[in-house]
Amino acid sequence: MIKYILIDHTADIGIDVFGGSLQELFTNAAFALFDIITDLSKVEGTVEYKINISGIDKEQLLVNWLSELLYLHDVKNLLFKDFCITDIKDNQLNASIRGEVFREDKHVIKTEIKAVTHHCLSIVQEDHQWKARVIFDI
Amino acid sequence: MTNDKYKIQKIDDYRWRIPREGKMRVDGIVYADAHMLEDIQKDESLQQVINVSFLPGIIQHSLAMPDIHWGYGFPIGGVAAFDMDEGVVSPGGVGYDINCGVRLLRTGLYRVELVTKLESIVNTLFANIPSGVGSHRKDLKLSQQEVKNVLKNGARWAVSQGYGTKEDLEHIEEKGCIPGADPELVSDRAIQRGLTQLGTLGSGNHFVEVGYVSEVYQEEIARTLGLEKDGITIVVHTGSRGLGYQVCDDFLRVMINASRKYNIELPDRQLCCAPINSPEGREYLAAMACAANYAFANRQMITHWVRESFERALRIGPKDSQISLIYDVCHNIAKFEDHIVEGEKKRLCVHRKGATRAFPPYHPDTPDAYKAVGQPVLIPGDMGRCSYVLVGTEKAYADTFGSTCHGAGRVMSRGQATRTAKGRSIAQELKEKGILVRADSRATLVEEIPEAYKDVTEVVDVVEHAGISKKVVQLKPLCVIKG
Repeated sequence: MIKYILIDHTADIGIDVFGGSLQELFTNAAFALFDIITDLSKVEGTVEYKINISGIDKEQLLVNWLSELLYLHDVKNLLFKDFCITDIKDNQLNASIRGEVFREDKHVIKTEIKAVTHHCLSIVQEDHQWKARVIFDI
Repeated sequence: MTNDKYKIQKIDDYRWRIPREGKMRVDGIVYADAHMLEDIQKDESLQQVINVSFLPGIIQHSLAMPDIHWGYGFPIGGVAAFDMDEGVVSPGGVGYDINCGVRLLRTGLYRVELVTKLESIVNTLFANIPSGVGSHRKDLKLSQQEVKNVLKNGARWAVSQGYGTKEDLEHIEEKGCIPGADPELVSDRAIQRGLTQLGTLGSGNHFVEVGYVSEVYQEEIARTLGLEKDGITIVVHTGSRGLGYQVCDDFLRVMINASRKYNIELPDRQLCCAPINSPEGREYLAAMACAANYAFANRQMITHWVRESFERALRIGPKDSQISLIYDVCHNIAKFEDHIVEGEKKRLCVHRKGATRAFPPYHPDTPDAYKAVGQPVLIPGDMGRCSYVLVGTEKAYADTFGSTCHGAGRVMSRGQATRTAKGRSIAQELKEKGILVRADSRATLVEEIPEAYKDVTEVVDVVEHAGISKKVVQLKPLCVIKG
């Protein structure tokens, strides 16, 4: 199944993400984020982080989840590839994520994402299929 | 003239009205010519002009400059002013890259002197000014306390550390330091992101560009600004880096809750806001001022390295290079300013998101050196065409809260640009036009191809014909470093 597709937005970049469950939807959104930032085939899962995220509803939870990953990427110079969401509710999730510290001789940065926006943000469920739209500021 | 999707009325050749209806509190006014307006209607940016007009306390109009394009929350190119008592402040009206802005430097050098030295200049600039994703200077390690000093003092901090001169400060919007900055309201996360990125260009559309004056439209004014035909200029375009993005992000969360608390109905969650006088509103403005000051310090430091790079590449001293700051303007900011509303002077909170302040001659905030001509406005174009230097006018002060356009404005998404550039060597194409480019990544170059932008000349012509700025000179690029 397709995890996500890119959508064209004049100044920025957006994604439509899909998943059979909320858990899969959030996992695929995180994958999309780092798939846009780097070539994931060159990233290994040598570093592990456990994170806990909350939000007032599932839309904000999605933005907060992606923003947390982006923060860790920016401050700790990390690229993530494996996302294991152990537990997810509408307003909270726990996850363990794996990735690697960026190395100039090994990794590439394709696009710098400045932020995960709330603009046009949506999460919908139709026939057991979840779909989310997120716009990134780049 | 009317339109199916939006009820657009023509005011004159360069202004269009979206009349107030439904939940709109004021009209929308778009500065554009008829041809541009067609392009503008292809995306959602006019809906964003309408959405802004829903916000409480908005004064007179929801404005859009001719470089308007689809942003998030406010359109890029959006200007809106709010009443201090009834109005709101919105992080979505400033954007993530708080005080993303431009400064223009002049030099005592001429184009003919540089012909054989451009390669050396561009390489020295590229080596000296960190650019690209996650760029940082290895020789610059700041403590948390020092970053807080940067947030409080802006460009003044940079000058106190030996980056540039006191004279530079006179030629920066707000003299390089927005008052009311309170570093205690900036999160640890934002400060963490700020520790390593000060003095860096970043990526995307940020750049340092060396160019020359290719056309002079107003001799007297150009002379006052220190510009003459074939004189070498340098433009620096960057902002507050990860620190600013984090401040915006942190306060969007605060404002989503605040909008509920104060019963503000939002057409788009990205427009979340709080009353200017609420604790949330005041705290955002104090944190935003910190990020803006970080950006001023950032451009000030880069200016220092530009000066060093020129002296090193040309083996000359400061007396020969004579690099001085003409002016530095913010493109993404919310500020308290006095404006005349229905004949009375009123203090307002003016949001400019992808727009430039354009104050007239003799305004108290127009620097002394430019009192007679008006505040300089710098409009960078894409890397292949040209840029413009304008000055602010009385009409801008009267009609647009002293605001004008900020750049070319994208017409192609980055995806479209990448597809258009497929199989082409952009650096080679530019080299054939006499422009040397050094970029940290090929992706940036293809996303920033000239065709991805509106022609800046058309944008500038609209603001000149509408009378909200006056064209002074045109600059053409010689070499560019990009993130």
